[in-house]
Amino acid sequence: MERAIILAASAIGAGLALIAGIGPGIGEGYAVGKACEAIGRQPECQGAVTRTMLLGCAIAESTGIYGLVVGLILMFANPLIGLL
Amino acid sequence: MEGARIFFRIPIFGGLPVTETMVNSWILILGITLLCVFLTRHLKLKEITKRQAIAEWAVQAVNDLVTESMGKAHVKTYAPYIGALFAFSLFGSLSSLLGMKPITSDINTTLGWAIVTFVMIQYSKIKYHGIKQFFKGFTEPIFVMTPLNIISEFATPLSLGFRHFGNIAAGTVITSLLYSALAYLSSVILGGIQIPFMQIGLPAFLSIYFDLFTSALQAFIFCMLTMAYVSSAIDD
Repeated sequence: MERAIILAASAIGAGLALIAGIGPGIGEGYAVGKACEAIGRQPECQGAVTRTMLLGCAIAESTGIYGLVVGLILMFANPLIGLL
Repeated sequence: MEGARIFFRIPIFGGLPVTETMVNSWILILGITLLCVFLTRHLKLKEITKRQAIAEWAVQAVNDLVTESMGKAHVKTYAPYIGALFAFSLFGSLSSLLGMKPITSDINTTLGWAIVTFVMIQYSKIKYHGIKQFFKGFTEPIFVMTPLNIISEFATPLSLGFRHFGNIAAGTVITSLLYSALAYLSSVILGGIQIPFMQIGLPAFLSIYFDLFTSALQAFIFCMLTMAYVSSAIDD
């Protein structure tokens, strides 16, 4: 019974953890939009803008990745079952 | 999806496991070394061969990248490490195209590289500013911030390692989910016969993004962030 509760709660928790993907999604979309504007204004610095944007997106992505890692741990390497 | 298979255990410290990831990395190290040896044999000054042109192009690209983000003074010191890291990370992720388990979808690999970066950051801080300034840097701007500064110092390699691992592992998970969904779909269409014909072709488009694009991008980002962190440790 306890095991079932923990498994169910872990599955729900893994789903909830992936809500963290909303933030980076919005943020990266905004960053890419601004990068497109910048390239539209100055097409000659497309390379530098793209590189900087990718780097910034990667950093903005961190929070989403944390959520993903928590979700993966809950799904595949659940530490809570060991506590029983 | 499960963790890396354990091939055997070295019987010291209570059994050190040798996993699939480690064996794959050894194969990759061997492959990259052989590639480098192959590309750099019989180097000449004039009338260069195609092989030498490729090798020169790769070295020049890495040198330009390091020059751009760290300045000319540090190229000789850091370019070999960055180049090796980039090649290892790129081939490590791309090895999933050959059906191997990508070494970067194991968190031990990426966190290991992140620890190397962490050591490099701390070493450059001590080397270029002295041990006194190093410890003083933790109390900036006021001494109350010391615990937060220490946490943020450790968050750097953690986020670096998690980012690379998360991107590659997410690709693996989504690809395997798609495969099982397509297998289910094709068995529904065929009325219970287990021939997963829907798996032909469709996952290839996903693979272009997850295997080719993400691999190259994450290798690039890992190297760029390493350089950014180390050069900011050198500068301030």
